[in-house]
Amino acid sequence: MTTVPIGADDLAAATEVTLEANLTPRRRVTNVVATVAMVGSFAVAAIPLALIIGYVFVKGGQVVDLAFLTESIPNSYRRVGPGMGPAVVGTALITAAASALSIPLGVLGAIYLNEYGKQNRLARTIRFMTDVMTGVPSVVMGVFIYVVWVLRFKEQTGFAGALALACLMLPIVVRTTEEMLRLVPDELRLASLALGARQWRTTLTVVLPAALPGITSGAMLAVARAAGETAPIMLVTGLTYHANWNLFEGNNTTLASQIFRNAGQPYEAAQLRAYGAAFTLILLVFGCTLLARLISRRFSIK
Amino acid sequence: MTHEEDGTPMTPIPTPATTDAPATAAAVGAAPAAARDRVVFDVRDLSVFYGEYKAVRDVNLDVHQNEITAFIGPSGCGKSTVLRCFNRMNDVIPGARVEGDLRYHGIDVYGPKVEPVEVRRRIGMVFQKPNPFPKSIFDNVAYGPRIAGTKNRGELTEIVERSLRQAALWDEVKDRLDRSALGLSGGQQQRLCIARAVAVNPEVLLMDEPCSALDPIATGRIEDLMENIKDRYTIIIVTHNMQQAARVSDRCAFFTTEVSEVSDTRTGVLVEYDATDQMFSNPSDERTENYVTGRFG
Repeated sequence: MTTVPIGADDLAAATEVTLEANLTPRRRVTNVVATVAMVGSFAVAAIPLALIIGYVFVKGGQVVDLAFLTESIPNSYRRVGPGMGPAVVGTALITAAASALSIPLGVLGAIYLNEYGKQNRLARTIRFMTDVMTGVPSVVMGVFIYVVWVLRFKEQTGFAGALALACLMLPIVVRTTEEMLRLVPDELRLASLALGARQWRTTLTVVLPAALPGITSGAMLAVARAAGETAPIMLVTGLTYHANWNLFEGNNTTLASQIFRNAGQPYEAAQLRAYGAAFTLILLVFGCTLLARLISRRFSIK
Repeated sequence: MTHEEDGTPMTPIPTPATTDAPATAAAVGAAPAAARDRVVFDVRDLSVFYGEYKAVRDVNLDVHQNEITAFIGPSGCGKSTVLRCFNRMNDVIPGARVEGDLRYHGIDVYGPKVEPVEVRRRIGMVFQKPNPFPKSIFDNVAYGPRIAGTKNRGELTEIVERSLRQAALWDEVKDRLDRSALGLSGGQQQRLCIARAVAVNPEVLLMDEPCSALDPIATGRIEDLMENIKDRYTIIIVTHNMQQAARVSDRCAFFTTEVSEVSDTRTGVLVEYDATDQMFSNPSDERTENYVTGRFG
């Protein structure tokens, strides 16, 4: 009969004291499988991203220079040479306009949802509709703006594109901002209230600054999505070969729609311009995100 | 006093900057007897409901000026609930309802024309867990005065220094006022919250278990602080710690829970309200005696 160790001396005598892991073979196998699965999943996700960025940078880098960024788009796809100036201008203006429309509205909406409406019927309805809106395909948004705005004003303009993009950005901004506001601990609001602050002041001076880094991230996600949208832009913004700085008159074009048009051409010149546009677009969005993070860090706690 | 008899608010009289020397016993004792007899809060038959559930019933007590009144009793008997009634913080809890009479210098705090914001400017609160804003130390303390309208940087600096001195925190932070408040230790953060509360020059300070999250040394510092500022404010403190109540308070209110035979719900009830010496040496109620002698709770 085996003796059951009772008491520390017995136990110490029964086995050598060791602090090393004592894994069964089955546990070891499971460890290896799990590690391979994790690393493999990461690789599957990261390698294509690295390949895409690498390829775009290599091919696009061949053509991108100052001339590329400023000169007009050639009338003919066959012609070799720069540039994508109008598209850069178009992307910048249209995305900026869309952000100016959707970000303030989205943040205010989220403030209503989390600080004032909470669980009342209006707030629940808004949340539900926002979720639905997140799933609407971008081309449908484009068609919507086409019918409501372009047909009415009989012109495809940059502003119509901004409207369509704003519709796409709005639900993202609202939902991420609401999540960030929810993360701000309630005790901060109570402290502000106990000092005699009204709710608007509490929201403005305590809650929003505390949630700012998260709100900025959400806004950047929305901007990145909008900058890359092609279908709605092509429907409502049209096409131009020369830079159009006026959002409200005349057609405009963006990097994303230029990529679409040029990449499908059989001419290498056009394809190179497409790569250049892709390169520029990635850099633009990256730069925007970086800027937003810097601003957010400057204004948050030291 | 910071208000007229009929309740119209006066602008707070700025307190001249004081030195760090704690008030001597003679100075404390010299607080006019007339002021200490003055009733700040008069509570009659106060009951608090959360929806249908009666959390506390029939509280009757009065709080005197320039005294420290302690609410003691076991957990869950409504002490914090009653405390929150004084500055209308129960308003933010959905479903909370107050019945009965709670008068501040004769004015019904729950009257129809009363603005909760005005109530909270005169009756400040310090919470159990220190909750400084994620801002600099200066901005934390200046938050209240900025709301009240003080914009001038010089005035704000003066108010911040005065408040931090009252909270016995000035020496430790005077060189890093623009650093984040979150970098302070727990005890320092709680003193910062006290400084923040006194910066608006309230008349009353409500403290909801201010030391329960702190170590004994930090607790001692805060108790000293309370003793030092007693002659400027009226303090109501909720505490689990009986010894603290015995050390610090002038009057004590002992709460406990009653289980209703009918519905098997627990309701908080005020058992006894008396001067601290009386309550600890010669309590009238048996339940009080059991609690203060440590037989339960």
